[in-house]
Amino acid sequence: MRRQSAKPKWTELAVGSAIDVPGSARYYKTGDWRSSRPVWNSEHCIRCGVCVIFCPEGCVLFQPDGYPNADLDYCKGCGICLHECPTGCIRMVEEED
Amino acid sequence: MESLNVFAARLWPTENRFVSGHRACQGCGEALAVRMVHSILGRNTMVASATGCMEIISSSYPDTAWSVPWIHVAFENAAAVASGIESGLDILAKKGRLPKRRITVVGMGGDGGTADIGIQALSGAMERGHDMIYICYDNEAYMNTGIQRSSSTPMGASTTTSPAGSLSIGQQTWKKNVPLIVAAHDVPYVATANPSFPFDLAEKVRKAAAARGPAYLHIFSACPTGWRMAPELAIAIGRKAVRTGVAPLYEIVDGRLRITVPTPELQPLRDYLKPQGRFRHLDEKTIAEIEKRVAEEYRKLENREGRKI
Repeated sequence: MRRQSAKPKWTELAVGSAIDVPGSARYYKTGDWRSSRPVWNSEHCIRCGVCVIFCPEGCVLFQPDGYPNADLDYCKGCGICLHECPTGCIRMVEEED
Repeated sequence: MESLNVFAARLWPTENRFVSGHRACQGCGEALAVRMVHSILGRNTMVASATGCMEIISSSYPDTAWSVPWIHVAFENAAAVASGIESGLDILAKKGRLPKRRITVVGMGGDGGTADIGIQALSGAMERGHDMIYICYDNEAYMNTGIQRSSSTPMGASTTTSPAGSLSIGQQTWKKNVPLIVAAHDVPYVATANPSFPFDLAEKVRKAAAARGPAYLHIFSACPTGWRMAPELAIAIGRKAVRTGVAPLYEIVDGRLRITVPTPELQPLRDYLKPQGRFRHLDEKTIAEIEKRVAEEYRKLENREGRKI
């Protein structure tokens, strides 16, 4: 998938400045907004999926191992997953740098 | 209902039509609601969006968070443009220039774009009977421009244009009841929803998409920035809003009202007001007054249940 260059010339713009790449916002990583990140403890996780369903970014997904985890490229660190988790297996770890 | 949320969350469709990388604030309940609605509606959808938070966060040029056709229109005419899209699709289908499949046309706006500025276009679209869904994402003020009051702001909320102080309790009028205004147009489907109750929301979105004729969804979505609360409370506060009777969940199918998440015993309103900074200044007397009115409104709704509106 091609992303339009950050500053296209007017000749490169589509008619009406329409954006012809669907979902191109995924090239913009919002992960650097975060001050702390969620960490899952897979020993206590029951894989219920509450964190997956309530993530406003849609960045918490079931991984191939069956447990949910956040895509840290997009996670803004809001803490909803931690607050909603029924088992309390998620904790927030402060980003050090 | 809450326990169903916990144990059936894996049934949620994984399809994502509102991709990660949008610029919503941390813990945005509205972005969550949009994502939920569009993962239910799927790919055969066209969206006309009024100005507002959902426009600026999803389409900062040259990016778009949408992977369905989406058009941004002026503040007042999202419903008019959506009805135009629906009519256009109708004509193209009659001429045989569209594949035979049902395309859901969605008009969306915030509470300002629906209850204040866009209500004329909304009323027109509902009255003309276009086969479309109009969705209002209600975060109870103009959050995009810096938390100005709208007619959907509840009594007592402090906003930048209705600030609380020694002479004022903040917003001094009651919230406009847009779902019942739309229901007065005698449309096939009207519902209120809340992302804190995702399966209730999913069912309502499916019903709205299946309805032949205009459907209206009023989605109560928390705004941690504008409501001055911690971002992780966005889901919990929505649940509280339902349990205290502030934002009851009901649907009106062909004029008959049904409360989908009944709350026979309303929880004390304080639980809902306390985490929110916009209600921090309220004294006991005002809270009791608001609680009385909220309970009254909820009883009124219960009395209407099952009867023709």
